[in-house]
Amino acid sequence: MPKKTYRQAINEALRQEMERDPRVILMGEDVAGGMGSPGEDDAWGGPLGVTKGLMPRFGRERVLDTPITESAFIGAAVGAAATGLRPVAELMFVDFFGVCFDQIFNQAAKFRYMFGGKAKTPVVIRTMYGAGFRAASQHSQCLYPIFTHIPGLKVALPSNAYEAKGLLIQAIRDDDPVIFFEHKAMYDEEAEVPDEPYVIPFGEANLTREGDDVTVVAMGRMVNFANQVADKLAKEKIGVTVVDIRTTSPLDTETILETASETGRVVVVDESHPRCSMASDIAALVAQECFSDLKAPVKMVTAPHAPVPFSPALEDLYIPSPAKIEAAVREVLAFKG
Amino acid sequence: MAEITPIVMPKWGLAMQEGLLAAWHVAAGERVEKGRELCDIETSKIANVFESPAAGLVRRILVEPGTTVPVGKLLAVLAEPQVDEAAIDAFVAEFEARFAADAAAAAQAAPQPRVLDVGGRRIRVLEIGEGELPLVFVHGFGGDLENWMFNQAELAAGRRTVALDLPGHGGSSKDPGAGTVSALAEAVAATLDALGIAKAHLVGHSLGGAVALALALDRPERVASATLVAPAGLGAEIAMDYIEGFLATSRARKLRPILEMLVHDPKLVTAEMVENVLRAKRMDGAQEALETIARACFADGRQSWRARERLADLSVPVQVIWGEEDRILPVTHAEGLPAAIPVLRLAATGHLAHMEKAAEVNAAIARFLG
Repeated sequence: MPKKTYRQAINEALRQEMERDPRVILMGEDVAGGMGSPGEDDAWGGPLGVTKGLMPRFGRERVLDTPITESAFIGAAVGAAATGLRPVAELMFVDFFGVCFDQIFNQAAKFRYMFGGKAKTPVVIRTMYGAGFRAASQHSQCLYPIFTHIPGLKVALPSNAYEAKGLLIQAIRDDDPVIFFEHKAMYDEEAEVPDEPYVIPFGEANLTREGDDVTVVAMGRMVNFANQVADKLAKEKIGVTVVDIRTTSPLDTETILETASETGRVVVVDESHPRCSMASDIAALVAQECFSDLKAPVKMVTAPHAPVPFSPALEDLYIPSPAKIEAAVREVLAFKG
Repeated sequence: MAEITPIVMPKWGLAMQEGLLAAWHVAAGERVEKGRELCDIETSKIANVFESPAAGLVRRILVEPGTTVPVGKLLAVLAEPQVDEAAIDAFVAEFEARFAADAAAAAQAAPQPRVLDVGGRRIRVLEIGEGELPLVFVHGFGGDLENWMFNQAELAAGRRTVALDLPGHGGSSKDPGAGTVSALAEAVAATLDALGIAKAHLVGHSLGGAVALALALDRPERVASATLVAPAGLGAEIAMDYIEGFLATSRARKLRPILEMLVHDPKLVTAEMVENVLRAKRMDGAQEALETIARACFADGRQSWRARERLADLSVPVQVIWGEEDRILPVTHAEGLPAAIPVLRLAATGHLAHMEKAAEVNAAIARFLG
């Protein structure tokens, strides 16, 4: 099976869906490169090269460079979706969404509900998230809990290249608005990715490790850190189940609760801030639904409630690390009630 | 210098590049016979016991349980007591240096599957070995060519072997046509044409066994012999809870108990095996193709293609191999066959006899081919 990077997997998903369905279009800043400037066509393929090669393949009619006005082009993408296209918009950094919340929260997320199911809004907004890139507070946030909070939006966080292709194809074929979170530190990470198109359904968590002692629930890049911890602890005969939730909305509560009940010890790993986070949400869910099965309090491993620091040393400390996850697992194991 | 025997991570089939050494069943200082269970190895397809390829005294165990190592890596060393420790140290050092150098070259040379255009349909095949009268492997419902990982390479010495993905499966087009046994048999015959194979020995498992049998009956000029491993087509019964569960399930936790029905020892089903089945089912068109085949072959919970009454007409040699504990197709279907058809029944074996009891199945095939 061919190995591909996270970046290649996303590019391949976009290309195959554009080949399959003429209604799929791309729009965003620099996705084609050079429009309206003396610059080179297809110079770069977006800030991290994800859309490289798509404009020459599909033309400017379907790969649209936009001005640096998120409020305008996200609104245009939502409108295009409501009127029959299936746009995939790229909003460079999730940190920049603030200027177009109305288009997303009040329009895209509400159309199907407010028009009694008669309107569809099949728009995908791809965006980069996460710390570790030395990009400081305004280019390093996670923010997926904010979108998870809004009914009507779906939110996907692929944890590797295989997941990225299957979840993005599902996102494009889905009739609801999907916010698709790509971790910027993962674009060069490789996995085995089939050449053919395939779909990973939303709301179905994946168990990337199975063990009897502790359940670690994680998402996005944190899944890989949790897997490293599970592999390390397996050598000490400590069994760790890792749940990759894949999508925060819809959330596979069934798998989370089932595995939490089986091990009785739960650690939730979330790269975002702790207040109103996926970690606090899942911890509350577990505490409410399987309290009597728990052998220890649910432990959250998150970033601190602070902006992402620019200092490289502090940024490294800020991110939930395998060492912090391991310490949390050992803590719930050692708990004596 | 007295003889030192290296024990290395085996290569079980095309996809296997590394294996997890799950547990040792022997310790240093223990004497082992050939065929003695040395250790448990988990691969991306299935877990299995690794049997000693030679007799001798275990002098060194070089890989800790729980470690994943590449194929060909030195796991242990057998040598008689007169071989001194220094000689073993030198052997290990030399072996490991050579292994590092060979690994890159070996990766280049490993046979890779290719995709043929067969009448407008993509058919993926893996060829290993060269020789006259090829041996062709046909997998069962929901499987792929990698199901023969323990068999194909073993039987490829001095022989051309071909494993293929049936339409709707693996890397082949997800277009199974009518999805009937006859339609699948036509696709196999067309694949043989594309490969320039006029006549072949066939090995078919489960639904692929029915396909092989259909070819032996209807196209005897193309078939030198047929080995049918737990084949469909010899009775009406089939475990529909397996077929329906396999089709309906998209989650690993629910799929695992269904896949465990395939084997006698449920520990053989690894998490990766479950994930690989799910990955195959997620391919565009795969689910629809499997549903078409299931409707065509197992309508109303019974096998619709049955050839028991026609077995007396067979003009080519056929043998049948079946696991006594098969929970998908009952071993009773191997009873009452014409006397000309040898039947090998394997104790403590489920539906995947060619994986669970690969050595016995390979020996039976080798014997049958003569």
